[in-house]
Amino acid sequence: MSVDQKTVRRIAHLARIKVAEEDVPRLEGELNSILHWIEQLNEVDVAGVEPLTSVVAMKMKKRQDVVTDGNYPQDVTRNAPAAEDEFFMVPKVVE
Amino acid sequence: MTSLTSLTISAARGGLKKKSFSARELTDAYLAAMEKARILNAYVVETPDKARAMAEASDARLAKGEAGALEGIPLGIKDLFATKGVHTQAASHILDGFKPTYESTVTSNLWRDGAVMLGKLNMDEFAMGSSNETSYYGNVINPWRRRNSNAALVPGGSSGGSATAVAAHICAAATATDTGGSIRQPAAFTGTVGIKPTYGRCSRWGIVAFASSLDQAGPIARDVRDAAILLKSMASVDPKDTTSVDHEVPDYEAVIGKPIKGLRVGIPKEYRVDGTPPEIDALWDKGAKWLKEQGAEIVEISLPHTKYALPAYYIVAPAEASSNLARYDGVRYGLRVPGDDIVSMYENTRAAGFGREVQRRVMIGTYVLSAGYYDAYYVRAQKVRTLIKQDFDKAWDKVDVVLTPATPNPAFAPGEITDPVQMYLNDVFTVTVNMAGLPGISVPGGLSAEGLPLGLQLIGKPFDEATLFQVGHAIEEAAGKFEAPKWW
Repeated sequence: MSVDQKTVRRIAHLARIKVAEEDVPRLEGELNSILHWIEQLNEVDVAGVEPLTSVVAMKMKKRQDVVTDGNYPQDVTRNAPAAEDEFFMVPKVVE
Repeated sequence: MTSLTSLTISAARGGLKKKSFSARELTDAYLAAMEKARILNAYVVETPDKARAMAEASDARLAKGEAGALEGIPLGIKDLFATKGVHTQAASHILDGFKPTYESTVTSNLWRDGAVMLGKLNMDEFAMGSSNETSYYGNVINPWRRRNSNAALVPGGSSGGSATAVAAHICAAATATDTGGSIRQPAAFTGTVGIKPTYGRCSRWGIVAFASSLDQAGPIARDVRDAAILLKSMASVDPKDTTSVDHEVPDYEAVIGKPIKGLRVGIPKEYRVDGTPPEIDALWDKGAKWLKEQGAEIVEISLPHTKYALPAYYIVAPAEASSNLARYDGVRYGLRVPGDDIVSMYENTRAAGFGREVQRRVMIGTYVLSAGYYDAYYVRAQKVRTLIKQDFDKAWDKVDVVLTPATPNPAFAPGEITDPVQMYLNDVFTVTVNMAGLPGISVPGGLSAEGLPLGLQLIGKPFDEATLFQVGHAIEEAAGKFEAPKWW
């Protein structure tokens, strides 16, 4: 499988990365060279093989559904590029 | 008296206990050496005030006879570990100005044991790279150079700052992380020892996530004993990381020097890759010979799916990265580049904040996870991963440990490899270990014809890091230690 320039633009948008029009051909080439190299996986017979979900055979850890952390909103918003009264500030999203 | 920065952790530990020097003197010696070595670009941030305060606290504890296992030992910390109030950016522009309000579990364990932080170490951006050329803070320079040459070489990646700092003696040892080879490959390129422990051995809490099912923290150190001392402190069982495994941390140092007689060492025939330089294969043969001479039994084994590990990795790792890196959107931390609306703000921020390699991998990951391609790419790769793990499971019936080269080549020059796939191939010998969640150590084995360090890799059974330290030490005894001639 390979990607065309239209697909490159679509992936970039899905990934929320602005790609300049002049960079699209370069990305098309780079992504296709990686995708073609990955295609050698098609040689492997994977019939009846379960996908790996955990490298360590262990039961998923569970804990009591109780609050163990929190109550420091100032710490949570301290690194925000824009914050006010312990809220994250974003551009207007609703008209 | 020899210079304080030339001491290993075990030697410094002894000197501090005997009061031959203070923790403050040791830290000051490192801070002075760091200043002189800035040309290597190993540190993105130096924290001298914090280091001196921590060293003085260590001296107080030493005086009271309350020394921890790493009391007064000055360490460098990879920029991927969250350190409270201190620059933590994964060497990326998108985390511009980020100073966490919390401390990672691994670094908390180190400070609990009395270690001193010298600063944050350079790395490939978000740990994506094999040459430390993708850092927002510029290339790290390897202290090693080719014989009769002044040309700069890369230290490997992604833990290039960690490896360079250890090799150049501007920290006693360093923390690092390994997703596809990021501890072992730079260790091999710099003549240092690096171990990636079993997945689940070190807590991932507070480490900037790249590919969550593959990421593991581990140390880079000057010798095998130091790596064992450091891993003992870094490893823990952590309720904050659900993939942290309930497994007691053994005293790794206790196995150093234990005879290897009777151990079965596997040599996987699939690691003889076409195009590998003869000196790499020769070193591998030499390594097997050393272990045989010390009484180990050499057994040829087969790991038939080895060649598929790297392409499968380049589906799994970017897929997980595209998901993990979705959080960098200009809202909660780091860089924000304004746009006409919220979506263009996201897009502008991520375009300006991520470097080229990170953008490439996020896009590959987005593509292989997108509607209609998920089964063909991601599910197939995870099936191949099962086969890779089964190869090792079968091998463990026949052998106790596996010996391979660490890398297919010694350090190269910046700019020498520009094709992404060619760069990815540097991890061909290390990546299988991450795919199977196993522990792997890189130990210096010798020098190339051009005088550059080459590493040997040992792969162990899950949670059998002790055998890696035991056999790694046997290699070290036979090969000797290698130090870069000082030019900086």
